[in-house]
Amino acid sequence: MAAPETTAPAARVEPVQHGFQAHSDGGSAFVPVQTRSERFTSTSADDFAAVTGLEFEWKFAPMAKIAHLTAEPLDGSVVEVAADAVDGFSVDWIAHDDALIGSAGAPEDRASANAWSTAEKALHVRVSGEEGGELIVRRTGFGSAPRAAHVVIEAAPNSRGVVILEHSGAANLAENVEIIVREGAQLTVVTVQEWDDEALHLSSHFATVGRDANLRHVIVSLGGSVVRVNPAIHLVEQGASTDAFGLYFADAGQFLEQRPYIDHVAANTRSRVNYKGALQGKGAHTVWVGDVLIGPHADGTDSYEQNRNLVLSEGTRADSIPNLEIETGNIVGAGHASSTGRFDDEQLFYLQSRGISEEEARRLVVRGFLAEIIQQIGSPALEERLAVAVEAELIRSQAAE
Amino acid sequence: MSVLKIEDLQVSVETEQGTKHILRGVDLTIGEGETHAIMGPNGSGKSTLAYAIAGHPKYHVEGGSVTLDGEEMLTKTVDERARAGLFLAMQYPVEVPGVSVSNFLRTAKTAIDGEAPAIRGWIKDLDASMQALRMDKSFRERNVNEGFSGGEKKRNEILQLELLKPKFAVLDETDSGLDVDALKVVSEGVNRAKANTGLGILLITHYNRILRYVHPDFVHVFVAGRVAEQGGPELAVRLENEGYDRFLEGSNVG
Ligand SMILES: Nc1ncnc2c1ncn2[C@@H]1O[C@H](COP(=O)(O)OP(=O)(O)O)[C@@H](O)[C@H]1O
Ligand SMILES: [Mg+2]
Repeated sequence: MAAPETTAPAARVEPVQHGFQAHSDGGSAFVPVQTRSERFTSTSADDFAAVTGLEFEWKFAPMAKIAHLTAEPLDGSVVEVAADAVDGFSVDWIAHDDALIGSAGAPEDRASANAWSTAEKALHVRVSGEEGGELIVRRTGFGSAPRAAHVVIEAAPNSRGVVILEHSGAANLAENVEIIVREGAQLTVVTVQEWDDEALHLSSHFATVGRDANLRHVIVSLGGSVVRVNPAIHLVEQGASTDAFGLYFADAGQFLEQRPYIDHVAANTRSRVNYKGALQGKGAHTVWVGDVLIGPHADGTDSYEQNRNLVLSEGTRADSIPNLEIETGNIVGAGHASSTGRFDDEQLFYLQSRGISEEEARRLVVRGFLAEIIQQIGSPALEERLAVAVEAELIRSQAAE
Repeated sequence: MSVLKIEDLQVSVETEQGTKHILRGVDLTIGEGETHAIMGPNGSGKSTLAYAIAGHPKYHVEGGSVTLDGEEMLTKTVDERARAGLFLAMQYPVEVPGVSVSNFLRTAKTAIDGEAPAIRGWIKDLDASMQALRMDKSFRERNVNEGFSGGEKKRNEILQLELLKPKFAVLDETDSGLDVDALKVVSEGVNRAKANTGLGILLITHYNRILRYVHPDFVHVFVAGRVAEQGGPELAVRLENEGYDRFLEGSNVG
């Protein structure tokens, strides 16, 4: 007998935004998966069946480009990173048999397991300061041969800080990122993907959030051929909370995927998930699968997840699939919203009727659409840089149209 | 002297039932500083006229012309018309999520003038206009029309009218849905724009009410897609007393 499963519809449904339709373009409303907490995990790739591409976790992805990351040997040696010395942060490499490894989760898919068993060392970023500084870790040297990597980000009790992982250059990478937020800590982790056009990047994030701690988790995916970042965030102790954001802009031929999973384990935990994406250009494809599990002991949970996609041209595809499982009756709120809308001609007309050119009007609207996420990042310098990057992305894909 | 001239304008829209002809030969000439009221029953095509002048893509021009100082507007894009000096205050202003009022206004002003306004003077003008329209400063940081009440949306339209300083403005039922106080505030804004810039106005309205505050030089009765009768301000009074019935006989609008 399978454990009882409840897949609840939205507890509250937001009014539909002007110009958006409350439906998902290409995805079905609910996914018939087993209870998320029962999904198979293992740190060894061989424990997973060979990937066919039909599995739910792979069904949207262009497997021809990434199958090797699930099946073939990877280079697990250390690739150096660049990080300034910042008070309250330390950066070093730890052995892969260190006690920290595995404390935030275990692989749920074959690429993640393949990377787990190959990475020789893990990059260890520790936040201990209580002043709330910012550390940027630049990861640029992966190259185009298949590689594995492992990162552990650890926030000490009551610490505060922002850790930004910046990715650029070539990549052919499967990796795991563990995030440990100890009691009372307030940690922001931002992962920014501005890879070269050919880059392949499969990243599984595992986070565990302790008592009264908060994790702000932000994914920004702009560049790369196939970029998938799947964060699993476990709220394991009373009062733990997370704000999970995502921002992605897919242009012609690009595949960007993100599957946030929020696991409410303990009582009085809170989560907010908000992902926004724009698509422009033939073959631009984005996937968002948002799982929220409210476990049997998670009384008093307050959760809300949403995903909105803005389609800027023909020939794109946005899959958006919210999935909510509730195993306790005693919650504060659990809701979801998902929408994929075309560019709104009435908005365009309104702006143009004030003298603004069509191109600039489009830029204004897209920038406005994505600004909601950019403003949440919590690093003024990065926010400013990303506003410019999004603008550049828009101009580039407009020009390619 | 600027002149906006509408000649034999014919406009249709595509509907599920096929092409629908709405404007059936509209003739109107508006001079600088003149106020022309257009009054007519619901569905007679007043908004269609407004949209067609502004260049809304849904409305197809079948014939006729709209010229501003001799220059054809109908072949221009929407933004080109605005930069040439046309303005439409919409019956239902559109919400633009994520774009703040202040960013929107500055972008529009820059587009219309061809250069960014000098910061200091711009802020001063913006503050003064907002104050006169009784719009709280907090509106500057709000997203365009998002969550605005009906009255706030109309004030926001008039704010744009004052700041963008067009030559001719079409006001599409700017008065509808306003209480008396808001009606006065909005009317004063229109009158200020007229006094400051010699604005020519095409004032579309369903009711006589606004004409007490914005005095028309001419009144046109609009029925079934064309001007059925024209006269001076006294015509508006007569319409208020008699209604549109005598114009509707024999027309297919009812
Ligand atoms: N976009 C449209 N699609 C279909 N029918 C339209 C559209 N716009 C206007 N109409 C029709 O054209 C006629 C005139 O409409 P409108 O110009 O809005 O009139 P008014 O503003 O005088 O009330 C109405 O019958 C209306 O239903
Ligand atoms: Mg109308």
